[in-house]
Amino acid sequence: MAKRIEVKGLDIYYDKFLAVQGVSMTIRPKAVTALIGPSGCGKSTFLRTLNRMHELVPKARVEGKVLMDDQDLYGANVDPVSVRRHIGMVFQRPNPFPTMSIYDNVAAGVKLNSKRMKRADLDDLVERSLKSANLWEEVKDRLGKPGSGLSGGQQQRLCIARAIAVQPDVLLMDEPCSALDPISTQAIEDLMLDLKSQYTIVIVTHNMQQAARVSDVTGFFNLKAVGEPGGLVEIDDTETIFSTPSNRATEDYISGRFG
Amino acid sequence: MPPTTEKTGTRGAPLRLGDRVFAGASTGAGVLILVILAGVAAFLVSEAWPAVTAPSEEIPGEDNIVLYIWPLLFGTLLSAFLALVIATPLAVAIALFISHYAPRSVATILGYVIDLLAAVPSIIYGLWGAQVLAPQTVDPTQWLEDNLGFIPLFDGPASATGRTMLTVTLVLAVMILPICTAVVREAFLQTPRLHEEASLALGATRWEMIRMSVLPFGRSAIVGGAMLGLGRALGETMAVAMVLSVSGDVTFDLISQANPSTIAANVALSFPESSGTEINVLIASGLVLFIVTLLVNMAARAVINRRRDFSGAN
Ligand SMILES: Nc1ncnc2c1ncn2[C@@H]1O[C@H](COP(=O)(O)OP(=O)(O)O)[C@@H](O)[C@H]1O
Ligand SMILES: [Mg+2]
Repeated sequence: MAKRIEVKGLDIYYDKFLAVQGVSMTIRPKAVTALIGPSGCGKSTFLRTLNRMHELVPKARVEGKVLMDDQDLYGANVDPVSVRRHIGMVFQRPNPFPTMSIYDNVAAGVKLNSKRMKRADLDDLVERSLKSANLWEEVKDRLGKPGSGLSGGQQQRLCIARAIAVQPDVLLMDEPCSALDPISTQAIEDLMLDLKSQYTIVIVTHNMQQAARVSDVTGFFNLKAVGEPGGLVEIDDTETIFSTPSNRATEDYISGRFG
Repeated sequence: MPPTTEKTGTRGAPLRLGDRVFAGASTGAGVLILVILAGVAAFLVSEAWPAVTAPSEEIPGEDNIVLYIWPLLFGTLLSAFLALVIATPLAVAIALFISHYAPRSVATILGYVIDLLAAVPSIIYGLWGAQVLAPQTVDPTQWLEDNLGFIPLFDGPASATGRTMLTVTLVLAVMILPICTAVVREAFLQTPRLHEEASLALGATRWEMIRMSVLPFGRSAIVGGAMLGLGRALGETMAVAMVLSVSGDVTFDLISQANPSTIAANVALSFPESSGTEINVLIASGLVLFIVTLLVNMAARAVINRRRDFSGAN
């Protein structure tokens, strides 16, 4: 549980287009790392390389290294499917399986991993996961109903419950609150603070206040120039980034002078 | 949708000319379909009625209309149902291959070929079934009789010409394959990326992703495509008429020379030599086919709607 990720000199391509260049960073376990930056600078692209979702785009590839507790995720004999089983992901728009009940949504990942599980154990796991996602009280009486009947914020927490039900080592979140109202956003932010005691969390957000509120470490991504690839400008403790960033571009961005 | 326009109308907002024309045209088209359907039904019922009341000696070959139509109905349902059983899984497999496995160039070419199959006239399928496919089935059906004869479907004696129910179902399956595949493929291609990524991010393999995201999303399209195919198979005329060797027996034996005909093929074959009440009898059989097709479509609707809550449409 809660593993450290080390990225070394990562270049990320869409076919011939170099989208992100030269990213190196260490992502601390049991902490929330926020990635901020103007849109189009490659935050989502970078995040999706951490669980090898990037290569699902035809002809997309990476160069460089991503290590999880010293295991190279892009090693020759590493199966991307098993990488994704250990690194969960929550998307910008809530995406519960529309044809499955709330219960089956939470159980979906576990059923992939271990086909046979005793019903009682599964019930237990579903309850625990929903409780961890602060959703249990709201759905415990309608576990058999479709997940798509929930509100947007509830659906997003259902997706978090689904992701943590498989007990991943790392949880990636790509702007998980951008489609939600302020109250649901608050619920998800509280949840992140709860979850970081157990998981390594990486969150992309375009909301700097959110980064300041929930994260321990903040990384700032930017385009080097128009038409150039994006890259990591600096990464540091969130307090430092928001008070005394070492780079001028970071300072401009967080003080709202651009982006 | 008419209800929406009505609401705006009652709220007092003046309808624009374009809206009015469109609302009128679409309502008109909807009503026209109902009128045509009612007209066809009225024609069938009024022309079929004399056959129901006719004295038994005027019904060709049988004592009453029910005994006359029953073997035809049986043959129609048997051949169409078996064609569906063969074609549906194949259509799903081809659609999946095109939408999720094949490289784009292969997928495009295969898509064209399948669509071309749909454009082949049924008389060609009939010729192909009778001249090419039927002789090819003689040896395999003999083998089926010898080795699997204990199954009623392969009871035999195997036909020496191959003009059997089995050949007909194969021809029908090929004929309905394109329409089934096209409907299913469209749905599979439209599976939201979001839902596919949901399962992939959980660590699903491609096949698991298909089971979790693509197939559930395409389920109503699979039913819909199958029903379209069934509709075509039920009404198929020429291919059956040209291939099948008919005796009028009601039997599940697929490989023998003695087969029930189908309603549509029987109408086509018998109509030229019919007169008087015989024509009413044929129309009565047509009415039965009409009702069966309606029921099939209503059943399909019911299946599609049953799990609408879970369909992802909301
Ligand atoms: N599927 C894709 N194919 C090609 N280029 C893409 C794709 N997705 C993103 N890009 C490009 O990669 C760059 C980074 O995009 P993205 O990672 O979405 O930025 P962010 O998440 O920071 O807004 C952009 O130039 C974008 O146009
Ligand atoms: Mg993004």
